[in-house]
Amino acid sequence: MSAVVIAILVLAVLALLFGLLLGYASVRFKVEGNPIVDQIDGLLPQTQCGQCGHPGCRPYAEAIANGEAINKCPPGGQSTVDALADLLDVESVPLDAEDAGEPVRAVAYIREDECIGCTKCIQACPVDAILGAAKQMHTVIISECTGCDLCVEPCPVDCIDMVPIETTLNTWKWDMPKPGVELIATDRGRGEAFTDKGEAA
Amino acid sequence: MSSVHSFHGGIHPPENKRQSNGAPIQAAPIPAKLVLPLSQHIGAPAEPLVKVGDRVLKGQVIAEPIGRISVSLHAPTSGTISMIGPQPVPHASGMEANCIVIETDGQDEWIEHSGLEDYKSLSKQELIGYIRNYGIAGMGGAGFPTDVKLHLGDDHIVNTLIINAAECEPYITADDLLIRERSDQILGGIEVIAHLLNPSHILIGIEDNKPQAIRALEDTVRGSRLNIDVVVVPTKYPSGGEKQLIKLLTGVEVPSGRIPADVGIVCQNVGTASAIFRAVHQGEPLISRVVTITGDAVNQRHNLEVLIGTQYSELLDASSVRRDDLYRLVMGGPMMGFTMNNEAIPVVKTTNCIIAATHEEMPPAPPAMNCIRCGMCEQVCPAELLPQQLHWFAKGKEYEKAKHHNLFDCIECGACSYVCPSNIPLVQYYRNAKAEIRQEEVEKQKAEYARQRFEARQARLEQEKIEKELRRKARAEQAAKAQASKKDSVAAKPAASTDDPKALKTAAAVARTKLKKAQKAFEQAKDASADNLPELEAAFKAAEQKANDAQTKLENAEKGVTSAASGAPDIKALKTAAAVARTKLKKAQTALKSAEEKGQDGIEALRETVKTLDAKSEAAQKAYDDAQSAPAQVEPVVDIKQLKTAAAVARTKLKQAEKALAKAQESGEGDIAELEAKVKEQQAKVESTQQAFEAAESGGTAAATPIVDLAPLKEEMEKALAKVEKADAAAKNAEEKGLPAAEKMKAGVEKLRGKYEEAKQAYESAQQSSAPSAPAIDLAPLKEDMDKALAKVEKAEAAAKNAEEKGLPAAEKMKAGVEKLRGKYEEAKQAYEAAQHSSASNAPVVDLAPLKEDMEKALAKVEKADAAAKNAEEKGLPTAEKMKAGVEKLRGKYEEAKQAYDAALNASAPTVPAANLDALKADMDSARSKVEKAAAAAKNAEEKGLPTAEKMKAGVEKLRGKYEEAKQAYVAAGGTVEAAQPDTLTID
Repeated sequence: MSAVVIAILVLAVLALLFGLLLGYASVRFKVEGNPIVDQIDGLLPQTQCGQCGHPGCRPYAEAIANGEAINKCPPGGQSTVDALADLLDVESVPLDAEDAGEPVRAVAYIREDECIGCTKCIQACPVDAILGAAKQMHTVIISECTGCDLCVEPCPVDCIDMVPIETTLNTWKWDMPKPGVELIATDRGRGEAFTDKGEAA
Repeated sequence: MSSVHSFHGGIHPPENKRQSNGAPIQAAPIPAKLVLPLSQHIGAPAEPLVKVGDRVLKGQVIAEPIGRISVSLHAPTSGTISMIGPQPVPHASGMEANCIVIETDGQDEWIEHSGLEDYKSLSKQELIGYIRNYGIAGMGGAGFPTDVKLHLGDDHIVNTLIINAAECEPYITADDLLIRERSDQILGGIEVIAHLLNPSHILIGIEDNKPQAIRALEDTVRGSRLNIDVVVVPTKYPSGGEKQLIKLLTGVEVPSGRIPADVGIVCQNVGTASAIFRAVHQGEPLISRVVTITGDAVNQRHNLEVLIGTQYSELLDASSVRRDDLYRLVMGGPMMGFTMNNEAIPVVKTTNCIIAATHEEMPPAPPAMNCIRCGMCEQVCPAELLPQQLHWFAKGKEYEKAKHHNLFDCIECGACSYVCPSNIPLVQYYRNAKAEIRQEEVEKQKAEYARQRFEARQARLEQEKIEKELRRKARAEQAAKAQASKKDSVAAKPAASTDDPKALKTAAAVARTKLKKAQKAFEQAKDASADNLPELEAAFKAAEQKANDAQTKLENAEKGVTSAASGAPDIKALKTAAAVARTKLKKAQTALKSAEEKGQDGIEALRETVKTLDAKSEAAQKAYDDAQSAPAQVEPVVDIKQLKTAAAVARTKLKQAEKALAKAQESGEGDIAELEAKVKEQQAKVESTQQAFEAAESGGTAAATPIVDLAPLKEEMEKALAKVEKADAAAKNAEEKGLPAAEKMKAGVEKLRGKYEEAKQAYESAQQSSAPSAPAIDLAPLKEDMDKALAKVEKAEAAAKNAEEKGLPAAEKMKAGVEKLRGKYEEAKQAYEAAQHSSASNAPVVDLAPLKEDMEKALAKVEKADAAAKNAEEKGLPTAEKMKAGVEKLRGKYEEAKQAYDAALNASAPTVPAANLDALKADMDSARSKVEKAAAAAKNAEEKGLPTAEKMKAGVEKLRGKYEEAKQAYVAAGGTVEAAQPDTLTID
């Protein structure tokens, strides 16, 4: 009888002890904010373009953390959607965009002789990448431009173009090898696709 | 001899070196065109120093290094710069890059050059700079700037220098031939490198498939004082890899992500060592290198000393290429090289081999099949990686995992692809994965940067918003404060707040509206017989009270405004008000007319409105007129300058008029009479303006010149008089004596007299101007005093008389008191008279009018009293005597008044402005016309035998007297009366 009482007492004391410990820890080691938002924000391309319907990438990250769809980021492309799906451990969905291919990186270019110096694009730029003053010609700082498109719409004289970033020797990259597994033996030696490989092996 | 270690993996592909290592190095012909890419090395492209059209000599610097990791570029032969721009370059992408193109002239003319006599005398820094300026980059494959590697001794302890002579890739024999033929140059280069890095020992790694080279090296090294070991390693691909060679020679493994210098080892290629020797000892920059031209498609497989920038086509031609057989052109070795589709690309500093392969030699890669996880790739990987795992990750784009499996330690040697039974192009997967990861990192960095900028912008906008809000609040507060202070000030001077009649008006209007509302509510309630009638009535009354208050306030304020306006009249505002009133009146009138025409109702009301508006308009007009005339009165007479200008203008006009008159008189044309009249008018104007000016001036000077100034003036005058007298006497004397100077003296006397006269005049004018300093206003109190005294005297006298008649004992005393009082009276009278005299001369004209009035009143009183007295006498009344005395008294007073008036008239007469002449003349004229009329009437009455004729005659006499007075006044004032006196003035 006493053994049962002792056991119950011991367990009760232990429960109280651990409860206090957990309570203290929850206060002492409280995490400010939602860490998943930071992780999602890290995956987003930070163009701040607002094409997802949110005023910037972080608000979209917060919305995703609250259950919004993960396929609303055209600048990020399908790879971002996949990365988000991987992070959140959800099923990946196709990108919700008109042309769902990989995004073409571009920067804004102001045709300077047509610019009237209205500063509208400067106000629209989310990253302050446009330089200029009222009645002065504006220009885009290419290294700062995220290619978000937001400056194109407000321009009253349509002098802003989105110019795709050209590949240079420094940015050139090797292509993924074309998969050849679907070839059957009789197809060998036929056609250009499998006659000329860059690799000399 | 040090022991040889081993590295993991490796393969043994067919060597294929025999084809090209049989012939000695030959110099390639100088091509017509050299294409020199600005970026032949790792790091920043060099900056061109030449421009198109420049002639350059062999060895001349044509581009200088930019930044830390960069080398300069030299002209490989003499020629002319024909172009600087994009050209195809040896790159796996096949893209173009900026190049300098030289049209060679075939003279191969060297620029003046010489090696360093003693490179050891230079500081290490200078020597490294020298090597950098001689364009030396690693010639093994990567093209890393050599000078950067030579700096490694600064911050690393370099105990081992490894010279890479392994040349493990098949086909390539460039280093082999170089060692065979130029081992002394290589040793010289090693000595320079050793001098810079100061290693404890030097290892030359060389594969055992180059026995001739090994022998040459050993022979050369034997004579060296340096601790050099030639280490022969077994032939195994890729023993020439830096990390693999280090492992082979020292057994040390370079950790992942580190450089050999971190473990005290520096690697240099034999070609680089040779280039350093040539630069340091012969002064030749890196402008050529040994290139192996091999492959089944060329007949001559050999090594050529090729100028940098020589296009592949030239070399192929020099090696008797069979273009029909040429299936694949490979830059570099068969394991790590790239297939080139363009023969126009040039040889660069890292080009060691060109393989012109036939189809049989290098058949197309068979189609890749699925990985069967055989694990052969793992066994041959020299970097000890898991190639099949990396392959899966790269294929599945799981770059993060690939990174975790040390993808970046892959040296892309191609051993795994070589052994893969499924023919999977593994290296291409890795290269792609590496590029993707690099790009991802760049993009991540960029995204992070963009995020920072975005957040900074957001913060800035937020800050601006807050600041704007704060400013707005501050403004609102200030406005509220201003409002409050305004209200306070209004409350402090409620009725006197004439400064804001508008606000009051608004307040009154608001009060009226409220009153109306209250009234309405009240009436409604009354109609509906609501319960809260008394409450509403109270509210209504309160509203009424308020409305009345506001109205009163407004009226007060308006009055204040108008009074203020008359003080400092806002003529414009008044004018506008008058105009507005007029317009309103007109509108009302038209409305009334139309209403009348149409016979509408409410005509009466309209008429009333018109009347009130009329009155208002008149009032406004009057106010405006008053205001306009008021400033005219207030206009200070002392504005001398203006007056002077006016006088001058008048004079000018007079002159003009005179001239015109003279002309007219001469020519006998025009209306001379009119012109004369004009001249006269102008003259009068000139005089009046001049007088006004002078008066103002004298007034001004009088005010300015104190009375004490009179003394010196008088003195001056007296002195002048004395001089005149003296001179006069002297002149008379001279005349009497008959002296010849008499005439002259006389003239002098005249001059002096003139001066005296001037002085006298100045004195007199000063005296006159200073006279008014005795103010005329003092006369009134003086007179009062006098009158009081007189009254007291009379009273006292009467009392005394009374007392005497009654025989009172106090009579004597009283008489004495009377005498005393009379003395006082006399004093007061004297003071008054003196003051009157002094002021009389300058007594202002305006004082004449009251005086005259006084006089006339007195006269009227006298006449009335006289008539009453006569009446009383005729009737035999007892009061007649008393009345007579009263008449006498009154007459006395009248006489006094008349005297005062005359005195004032006399005194003021000389200074009466000429402008008053007109008034006087008008008076006179009107008097005369009255006389004439009266005389005519009297004559008429006499002729008709009327009984009133006598009376009329008396009236005529009276009027004549008045006329005479006016005439005298006019004459006294300076007017001239025409001699012709009409008969009508006298009565026959």
